[in-house]
Amino acid sequence: MSSVQTNSGLIAGPTSRAFAMVGGTPLLWRLASLAIFCAVWEIAGRTNFNWAFPTFFETMAALWSMLADGSMIMAYGRTLEPLVIGLVISLSIGVGAGVLMGLRRDAEWITLPIFITMQAAPMAALIPLITFVYGIGLTAKVLAVCMLAMPVIAINSYKAVRNVPPSLVDMSQSFMGSRSQQVFKVILPAASPMMFAGIRLGVAEGFSGVVLAELLITPTGIGDLITFNRSIAKFDHMYAAIFSIVAFAVIAVSLLHRLEITIFRPEKRGA
Amino acid sequence: MELYGFKVPRFTALLFWAALWEFVGQFELLLLFPPLSEVLMALPDVLTTPSFGEAARLTVASYLGGLTLAIVIGVGLGMLMGLVKAADNLLNMWVNIFLSAPLSALVPVIMILFGMGMPTVVVTVFMFAVWIIALDTRAGVLHVSPSLMEMSRSFGASRVARFRIILWSAMPEILAGVRLGVIRGVKGVVIGQLLVSIIGVGALFSLYSQNFLMAHFWALILILFAFALTLADLIARLETRIEYYAGARA
Amino acid sequence: MNMNTAINIQEQAATDAIIEVRGVHKVYGETVTALQDINLDFNRGELTSLLGPSGCGKTTLLKIIAGLLKPTSGEVRVNGRPVTGPGPERAFVFQDFALMPWATVVRNAAFGLELQGVAKAEREARARHYVEEVGLAGFEDKYPHELSGGMRQRVGLARALAVDADVLLMDEPFSAVDEQTRRKFQEDLIRLREVENKTFILVTHSIEESVYLSDRIIMLSPRPGRLNRIVTPEIDRSGDPDLIRRNPEYLDLIDEIWTGLRAYVE
Repeated sequence: MSSVQTNSGLIAGPTSRAFAMVGGTPLLWRLASLAIFCAVWEIAGRTNFNWAFPTFFETMAALWSMLADGSMIMAYGRTLEPLVIGLVISLSIGVGAGVLMGLRRDAEWITLPIFITMQAAPMAALIPLITFVYGIGLTAKVLAVCMLAMPVIAINSYKAVRNVPPSLVDMSQSFMGSRSQQVFKVILPAASPMMFAGIRLGVAEGFSGVVLAELLITPTGIGDLITFNRSIAKFDHMYAAIFSIVAFAVIAVSLLHRLEITIFRPEKRGA
Repeated sequence: MELYGFKVPRFTALLFWAALWEFVGQFELLLLFPPLSEVLMALPDVLTTPSFGEAARLTVASYLGGLTLAIVIGVGLGMLMGLVKAADNLLNMWVNIFLSAPLSALVPVIMILFGMGMPTVVVTVFMFAVWIIALDTRAGVLHVSPSLMEMSRSFGASRVARFRIILWSAMPEILAGVRLGVIRGVKGVVIGQLLVSIIGVGALFSLYSQNFLMAHFWALILILFAFALTLADLIARLETRIEYYAGARA
Repeated sequence: MNMNTAINIQEQAATDAIIEVRGVHKVYGETVTALQDINLDFNRGELTSLLGPSGCGKTTLLKIIAGLLKPTSGEVRVNGRPVTGPGPERAFVFQDFALMPWATVVRNAAFGLELQGVAKAEREARARHYVEEVGLAGFEDKYPHELSGGMRQRVGLARALAVDADVLLMDEPFSAVDEQTRRKFQEDLIRLREVENKTFILVTHSIEESVYLSDRIIMLSPRPGRLNRIVTPEIDRSGDPDLIRRNPEYLDLIDEIWTGLRAYVE
């Protein structure tokens, strides 16, 4: 088991290593860690070092009231729309382009520089431009999500295909597998762990994108909760909204990892 | 990539995209893209305005400040996590949460705590860069070969000497983390200024979009991209220089 | 003189050579000559080792025979037909096992048949048979990471046996396996040859292994890889496989080969 983990960590980069490590920490430690964090927050809030810093319990109370009156659920309904549309687009184009770049040299030559640029450069700078051109509607927000989520998905899919052990490809060739058998039965399954790691990163980036869009373009959904509550100085509500989106993103990403293991990794189930 | 037996250099693909951009811009196929030539013409215009100089100074200063802070604290945190098991158990979860959390959501909090000025941008850069540096440093420390540690102990190395050995052995991973931190930091410095929006390039962006100066807008974006890619390239070069001994280690 | 040898080779080919290697050169890039002028016959039903220090091109030669690499010049014929790529009469066993981590032992062993389009029930039945034959009964539904290195290579062997090829090409199959497992595996391979009538070509850098297992040892010299010498061990392998290791002929031959190879190390 441990050898498999280090192996997948090697090819999938720091993030999947990170996910493997979180799974490895005992539950008790994680609970202790959580408790200390909340305690520090609570104490920091009570010292009144900053007039706008609520305590942990105030924030949780605000979170509860927003959940109870439905305003937070409504907000998430609005936020999820561009996020989900953007992620679906990013996934299909990102994975498709990445796999194609991994399999074909000509596709790699023409497309890879674009994705490398997009991944290394601060794409967020384009968000005001997108607003400027596409207005403040759904299109601009979906584009914001795509711009941040797609490059990392494409680059990881590309690297995943490139990192498939050559002996596995040789193997399918020596048993006279056709090119399509080679791709669908060997290369894609072998590439999938790193591809999924990229998808998780992409989803995390997508959350970043939608929050940025809602803060920069026009306050809707969760961005509206943050902006509005700040403007009326209800800081506990503002913190609760921020807390909720961070927690939501982290939970969504780890659920995705869980889902990947149960559906696509029979060898890790129960192990 | 080879075409009819000739090796086509990598960068020519970018020339192709530049040509496509010009084409799309000339015929106004996509509203988003003004012709590339127009953008290039706007470059000197942007570069020579005093507000750009001011924005560049602020960007570079807050970027370097935030990154330095992130490297110092990130490496320290990673060392602590790699060496002390209890610290690792307590902090690991948070480092990983912040690594995949939408950090831009935290910028409004940072703005309240640190004001609408440069400190907020510095802290944003720090927040974007620090976690990956800590995580990679930790991985580097954990990967230090046990036989190397046994060797140093059997030859009677002092605590300080052993610590130095760990630091140097972990250097390839630390540098990998710093490279990712450098890239994330650039995103942080841009996002921070965009959200604060009254200083630096954030102010320039709002100025350009309010005055419908598309070409200027793109020129500024090109400058930022060039800044980011140059930095990433520099670090990658540094990494290959250090690689020879990383290879010897494995 | 020259004509005589040519005739001899052809006669030999007509009798029992299943694989003929004719004038194979392999050049990597523009300058690195991996193989130079290799002419060889591999006889039906024999186990032939390709032995030599690293860099002598033995794996390259095996991959050319497998059809995974193309020779720069020269050709390989299997059953008289020139090789253009991998074929059903040859099966490969990989140094690093090349198992699919996401598939069970049975699915891995059946993978060659799966690629040929054999129906699931039939291919799994055949795979199970060979999984048992290589000594992995009871492990059918395990995943590769749950097996030791030696067991993983047994899966690789079962996969190669399952496609019922005439020739098994083994690329340093025991090099990633610990010494005890390797010895057991070698003994099992001798027994397997009694059941399965196959031609084996084995790449190895271990002198003991080649002498222990082979009917014929082809020694290659490095940089550029050339044919150095062919040795034919006359060792009786019918009895207890453990006794072979004390057979004086076995021990003498190891010494003799080592004396010959020493020059390349020093």
